Amino acid sequence: MLNIDCPYCGPRAESEYRCGGESLIQRPALDCSDAEWADYLYTRNNPKGVHIERWHHVHGCGMWFNAARSTVTHQIFATWGMTDPVPELPE
Amino acid sequence: MSGYRLAEGGRIDRSRTVRFRWGGQPYEGHPGDTLASALLANGVSIVGRSFKYHRPRGLLGAGLEEPNALLQLGDGATTVPNRKATEVELFDGLSASAVNAWPSPELDLMAVNGLVKRFIPAAFYYKTFTWPHWRWFEPAIRKAAGLGRAPEAADPDRYDQRHAHEDLLVVGGGLAGLAAALEAARAGRQVLLVEGDALLGGAIFGRQSADDRAEAERLAAALSALPNVTLKTRTLAVGYHDHNLLSLVERLTDHLPEDRRRGPRQRLWKVRAGEVVLATGAIERPLVFDGNDLPGVMLASAAGLYLERHAVAPGRRVVLACNNDRAWGAALALAEAGVRVEAILEARAEVEPALLAAARGAGIVVETGTTVLQALGRRGVTGVRTTRLDAQGHATGEGRRLPCDCLLMSGGFSPVVHLHSQAGGSLGWDEGLQAFVPGAQPQACRSVGAAAGDLDLSIRPLWHVARAGADPSPSAWVDFQNDVTAGDVALAHREAFRSVEHLKRYTTLGMASDQGKTSNVNGLAIMGTLLGKAPADVGTTRFRPPYDPSTMGAYAGLRRGDLLRPAAGLPAHAAHEALGAVFEEYGHWLRPAFYPRAGEGEARAVAREAAAVRASAGLFDASPLGKIAVKGPDAATFLDRIYVGTISTLKPGRCRYGLMLNEHGILFDDGVVARIAEDHFLVGTTSGHAAAVQAAFQEWLQCEWTGLAVASENVTQGWAVMNVAGPHARTILQSLETDIDLSADAFPHLAHREGTLEGVHCRIQRVSFTGELSFEVAVPTRYGLALHARLMEAGAPFGITPFGVEALMILRTEKGFLHLGSDTDGMTLPQDIGFGGPVTTKKVDFVGRRSCLRPDGQRADRRQFVGLESLDGRLLPVGAHVLRPGEAAPGRSQGWVTSSVNSPNLGRPHALAMIEAGQSRLGEEICVWDLGTSHRARIVDPCAFDPEGVRMHG
Ligand SMILES: [Zn+2]
Repeated sequence: MLNIDCPYCGPRAESEYRCGGESLIQRPALDCSDAEWADYLYTRNNPKGVHIERWHHVHGCGMWFNAARSTVTHQIFATWGMTDPVPELPE
Repeated sequence: MSGYRLAEGGRIDRSRTVRFRWGGQPYEGHPGDTLASALLANGVSIVGRSFKYHRPRGLLGAGLEEPNALLQLGDGATTVPNRKATEVELFDGLSASAVNAWPSPELDLMAVNGLVKRFIPAAFYYKTFTWPHWRWFEPAIRKAAGLGRAPEAADPDRYDQRHAHEDLLVVGGGLAGLAAALEAARAGRQVLLVEGDALLGGAIFGRQSADDRAEAERLAAALSALPNVTLKTRTLAVGYHDHNLLSLVERLTDHLPEDRRRGPRQRLWKVRAGEVVLATGAIERPLVFDGNDLPGVMLASAAGLYLERHAVAPGRRVVLACNNDRAWGAALALAEAGVRVEAILEARAEVEPALLAAARGAGIVVETGTTVLQALGRRGVTGVRTTRLDAQGHATGEGRRLPCDCLLMSGGFSPVVHLHSQAGGSLGWDEGLQAFVPGAQPQACRSVGAAAGDLDLSIRPLWHVARAGADPSPSAWVDFQNDVTAGDVALAHREAFRSVEHLKRYTTLGMASDQGKTSNVNGLAIMGTLLGKAPADVGTTRFRPPYDPSTMGAYAGLRRGDLLRPAAGLPAHAAHEALGAVFEEYGHWLRPAFYPRAGEGEARAVAREAAAVRASAGLFDASPLGKIAVKGPDAATFLDRIYVGTISTLKPGRCRYGLMLNEHGILFDDGVVARIAEDHFLVGTTSGHAAAVQAAFQEWLQCEWTGLAVASENVTQGWAVMNVAGPHARTILQSLETDIDLSADAFPHLAHREGTLEGVHCRIQRVSFTGELSFEVAVPTRYGLALHARLMEAGAPFGITPFGVEALMILRTEKGFLHLGSDTDGMTLPQDIGFGGPVTTKKVDFVGRRSCLRPDGQRADRRQFVGLESLDGRLLPVGAHVLRPGEAAPGRSQGWVTSSVNSPNLGRPHALAMIEAGQSRLGEEICVWDLGTSHRARIVDPCAFDPEGVRMHG
């Protein structure tokens, strides 16, 4: 069970959160092509390494935030608010 | 083996006697005994039968490494299967028996398996019972081969769970763990030390010197005195998870007599630690030779522990076979305690002169460069056949025959790296130890003491005693618990199951409750020999939690029975109960399904309720309908982006039906949206879906439209909602004291009003899911019961009828009102249910809109929402498929029936369906096919009752 540092509450157990999958995905405008829309809906990065994802502190403050997590070691390098700039991260 | 209690010594309380039963027979022991030590002290040598061949087995170990003495502890509802006799502390009244023996381990009728042993090699069952299917044979085979019995009654015990946060968690209360804990504690850190055993101090290693014991006691005392230290015994760390979370199982009352047990039986701890120190010690390995599973063959360290802690000698004539210095300690200690030690067979050619002198001084014959070729005996060891080892470690022929009743063995020590490995740590091979030791560790964790390989030991590797060129023997056991022999490893090798993971699954080596504690390294080293590889290159399987079997109850904790998934009760639950409601769980709500009168079945009750609503008036508890408050200057803009229809044009005091999609265009929720003020909306959701809708709102607001000034909150449980429906609904409501003008002109359909009702703040919406004149009256939750009572009272002159969910479903089906999740599924788009307009014409984008515009969404043959009239007067089964007229299965399905009722108000059945291009096929006759039966039906408009809506708008 991960220990996730909510930017608003501090470190809490993973069981308080819900993972919302990959973050920083741009939502296309209504007039985009079918391919662009399909890409937005279905295509996800699946890196071996740093993954930027969003988490919801559902059994806590209720806030969404971003996290950069290693998919290999589960190390979480940073968490930051949805509208905050992306911090410096390892490759 | 003929174990016995020594006249003095041990950490037992000889002044008291503990009475227990083993296999139905009475025995006695002392406080401080384990069941294993007490059995040994009583001379019980056969403590179990092996898993596959039902061979008689004795105690091999003295701790969690014990593979043979598996027992069924207690009986009835509290019985525990597969406990190891070595971990069970003796208590008065304890009753246990061996798990894999019938009628007893001494006389086991299943031992016939042993006679045909040569025919039951590894994977025999899988190979032999393949036709027609393994599962046909599995129950009988499992019964023959099974371990303990699960209790048949529900577990009456309570199990507790707790979380803890510590600077340092030390796993293991031996010398290394105690020292690490004290060092950290003196530096001011918050320390938790846990030990699975009942005592601190360790002692797995055979003889523990008096100095060691004194040092352990000094450390434990120093730790006990510190306020920042918690010491927990009987607490086993079983799992090492991500981010330094460990699961511990604390045994609270298992060691007490049943009548003295109070409170929870066990407690599961989830400890998040800043740092973890693993001081888990090491486990001695058996030597692999013919007959090494005979009762009386025991690990040297186990004999040392029985002697030191329990003052029990494992036999009267002892021989030790070993390949390292440590094992000598046990033999010397036994000799010192007056036990006759015949000989030490040392595989190494050279031994420290001091050890040699000590042994000879104790009258022990020492033979170096020698080991055991075979243990002799049938139901217990009666002697050993020795053999000289050549320079390569091969046996060179039959040596002496030495009589004995106990053979101690030591093939070296394996650090307990399970938790280190579970944590993600790598393993390295230590040449001196001939064992895996902890390598790199990604988590904040270090191993210390024997667990780190800090054993100061050099051994002569001796994986399997056999002549040069001989095949590994099918009579030399590697995994005692799973009955895997050296010959089985060789068989796996011959059949090309050579990866260590394949070896494990093919032979079952290292499986079950044992998890390879004694067998892992021997097994893969033998495989390595066959492959011509060093054990390091064979590698090992990944260790997984739990380290040792743990009770399911500890993981369940309080989440069982009614607490597993508590249902939410309605504010007026007591009133429904008084009315005789039959409750059912809808979503997580416990709601009245119907209210049967005396002698009435479900169908008649539901039909009566549905008819009464249309004839006069009905009362329905609509409290579970979701209510979300949406507020802020951008609230209307936000809801326009959420809903298919436009919300911003709604006037305050008015309501509108809202349909919500997910981003894939699929129908997600629907409900009535009321505008309370310019910047304040009350969003209705389906029952049980309010939390999901609120979560979706927040995800969009926080993650996508971060610039919108909108707040939303789920206020569902703040309101009790009573729905008064039927021709007399207005009259009934008007008889209550209210400042709201309920007249038809002042309060039209789809209006929302706030005011007071009987002096209580209320919100009233004129909305209808029944097709009748209908008001949903909301008051603060605490007034729900009172409101229900007042409405029943006011409605009494009109025969107001409480109705449940089932009658509501009839009423809405008669009206052709869609029920999300019943009539729609994970493929339904808004255009399929007649809401295609906004998809093409709405001014702004909304969630899921782009998905509806994909080519698949535009297909003319999509399934569409329609009604079905039964032409032969029979009820059309829900789920039945729609075929062409006259067609029978197998035919191509054009859709299916989604809702179907016997309508009391129409006097005939009516159904709803999703049918390909259904809206353009109104009037067409089709065939409805269900499980071999065909029905004739006609596609009609979904609405079959009051299609003009006169009643609803009246
Ligand atoms: Zn938070």
